[in-house]
Amino acid sequence: MDDGGKAYWSATLGLLSWIMAVWFVVTFLAGIVFAPELNSIHLGGYPLGFWFAQQGAIYVYIALIFIYKKMMGDIDRRFDVHEE
Amino acid sequence: MDLQTTIYLFVGGTFALYIGIAIWARAGSTSEFYAAGGSVPPVMNGMATAADWMSAASFISMAGLIANMGYGGGLFLMGWTGGYVLLAMLLAPYLRKFGKFTVPQFIGDRFYSKSASTVAVICLLTASLTYIIGQMTGVGVAFSRFLGVSSDTGIYVGMAIVFAYAVFGGMKGITYTQVAQYIVLICAYIVPAIFISLQLTGMPIPQLGLGSNMVGTDVSLLSRLDQVIVDLGFGKYTTTTAGSTLNMFVYTMSLMIGTAGLPHVIMRFFTVPTVAAARSSAGWALIFIALLYTTAPAVAAMAKYNLHATVNTGINANADLYATESSLKAEDRPDWMKRWEKTGLLKWEDKNGDGRIQYYNDKTKSEAVLGKAEAAGWKGNELTVNADIIVLANPEIALLPNWVIALVAAGGLAAALSTAAGLLMAISAAISHDLVKNVFVPNISEKNELLTGKFAMAGAIIVAGYLGLNPPGFAAGTVALAFGIAASSLFPAIMMGIFSKKMNKEGAMAGMLSGLFITLFYVFAHKGIFFIKGTEFVDLIGGPNSFFGITPEAFGAVGALLNFIVAFVVDKVTKEPPVHIQAMVEAVRVPRGSKAVTGAH
Repeated sequence: MDDGGKAYWSATLGLLSWIMAVWFVVTFLAGIVFAPELNSIHLGGYPLGFWFAQQGAIYVYIALIFIYKKMMGDIDRRFDVHEE
Repeated sequence: MDLQTTIYLFVGGTFALYIGIAIWARAGSTSEFYAAGGSVPPVMNGMATAADWMSAASFISMAGLIANMGYGGGLFLMGWTGGYVLLAMLLAPYLRKFGKFTVPQFIGDRFYSKSASTVAVICLLTASLTYIIGQMTGVGVAFSRFLGVSSDTGIYVGMAIVFAYAVFGGMKGITYTQVAQYIVLICAYIVPAIFISLQLTGMPIPQLGLGSNMVGTDVSLLSRLDQVIVDLGFGKYTTTTAGSTLNMFVYTMSLMIGTAGLPHVIMRFFTVPTVAAARSSAGWALIFIALLYTTAPAVAAMAKYNLHATVNTGINANADLYATESSLKAEDRPDWMKRWEKTGLLKWEDKNGDGRIQYYNDKTKSEAVLGKAEAAGWKGNELTVNADIIVLANPEIALLPNWVIALVAAGGLAAALSTAAGLLMAISAAISHDLVKNVFVPNISEKNELLTGKFAMAGAIIVAGYLGLNPPGFAAGTVALAFGIAASSLFPAIMMGIFSKKMNKEGAMAGMLSGLFITLFYVFAHKGIFFIKGTEFVDLIGGPNSFFGITPEAFGAVGALLNFIVAFVVDKVTKEPPVHIQAMVEAVRVPRGSKAVTGAH
């Protein structure tokens, strides 16, 4: 792989790692492991941990995919590998 | 107009629509048959993916499961949506760039091995066939409950409809029909939820209603629900977890990677025109899925509250739940209870002979609850409610008009039929393209391949119908198996094929087989070898859930982990993949140069 290819791939992996990190935190930390602690905070009538597991995580997933799509498009253009 | 006529009108109307679309979108070439010509716009593809994904289980059973499980039910919500993040970032765009029709074809080409592709075909067929049985039974249930025909007749009608649009329309016909089915099923789900949310909280948006106060009080719906059911001996709704925290963690992970590895879902991303469209299509799919998945928890909690409030009048009156007059008099019970009693999904038994219905948890460990029940002369719980009722009877519980009930009937059928069609497509492509063309008759003409695909699909419909008519004893455990297989074998293999340039065929095969084997071993230990009763060997592995308390349904993630470990170890001690394969991986990683999907080798 040439240098441009290597740089493109590491930029891609960098983007994927932080998106996966958010995905992990929202699902497994906020929604599951620390849900009991978060439940002492309330969002309207929702205990927060419960809200993450049954509502919030899903909204975050949608946001993550569209952020990924946008930033991946930017990376494609920066390294000039986008589709014509 | 009476209820039965309204239902016939709604269901008949939607079926006519599906057939009309199928005739309009007939498939003429293999490319149209397998991948809708690779020309479906992302938003439409997202809608079709959502309909494909949301099965009879999502539509009919999920809210009921959440109602029973409370907070722990969130594992289905997160598991079945979070998988789309993985799909959108790790698999879909790269597989679209690869530009072939099927998942086994990617595995076969990437690992330069027909055996690898055949292993993938076997995993795909097992996962898809087990999944489709559930859809066919769902069609039968919806027909028999709403149309007053036998469940068997329902399955025959369902088979005929799917045959008409899947066999002639191929992926193109299926995709456009699924768009229509999505619209029907989402309306059917949300309309009753809006009515019920308004009744209970005065808030029309169910997602906000669940976090609102009860009408006319300053107590939130969830805390009132918690208070009522704890008083009746059930676990607290907002905190009851699924087994243990570790089990919930692993279960959620298994559903996520299983979702991302299911071939009938992945295949949808071969139908979009570009790599960029594959990325956004996953986002659109998740938006359309989330409309239902964020409504489901509201439906679950509100239906649970309504059900308890119907049976125990002390709840709405804010009176003592254990007072004699709080329990509903059996003769005063609403008509919908009587209707569902006939189906056997709702059962009432007067254990203490007082002519009233007591609905509480008689297995609770709380001495206070048992003491109060004892003092009130209660002799055990008298009402059992099947989880599937929650969605289907929801409009009746809330006394909504007939057209809403008819809409729910049409929605349930749309959910089951659209998923069945997507699964049939995956099965047909695996047989005609990956087995017949790839292994047995490599120089088959396009016309004959198309014909084989249609025959394979017709055959699959007959097998699925047969299994729906004679459901094997293992139907309940099979969906868990489909996710387990997808998670432990297909997902890791595809992911390593893209993200590890040096992964070779020996590593991938060893990984797939060991992931598959350990998952099947653990599931069969609990449920019997191939689900045959009496062949369980759970004692051999040290009792139920012996692996850190993880249930067999949740085991797919452990299988996937083993798959990755074995693959990397074997890969280290065997030789590198050929140079042209490494070049192919590099090409798959960049979007430029994407072409229309083809079946060429």
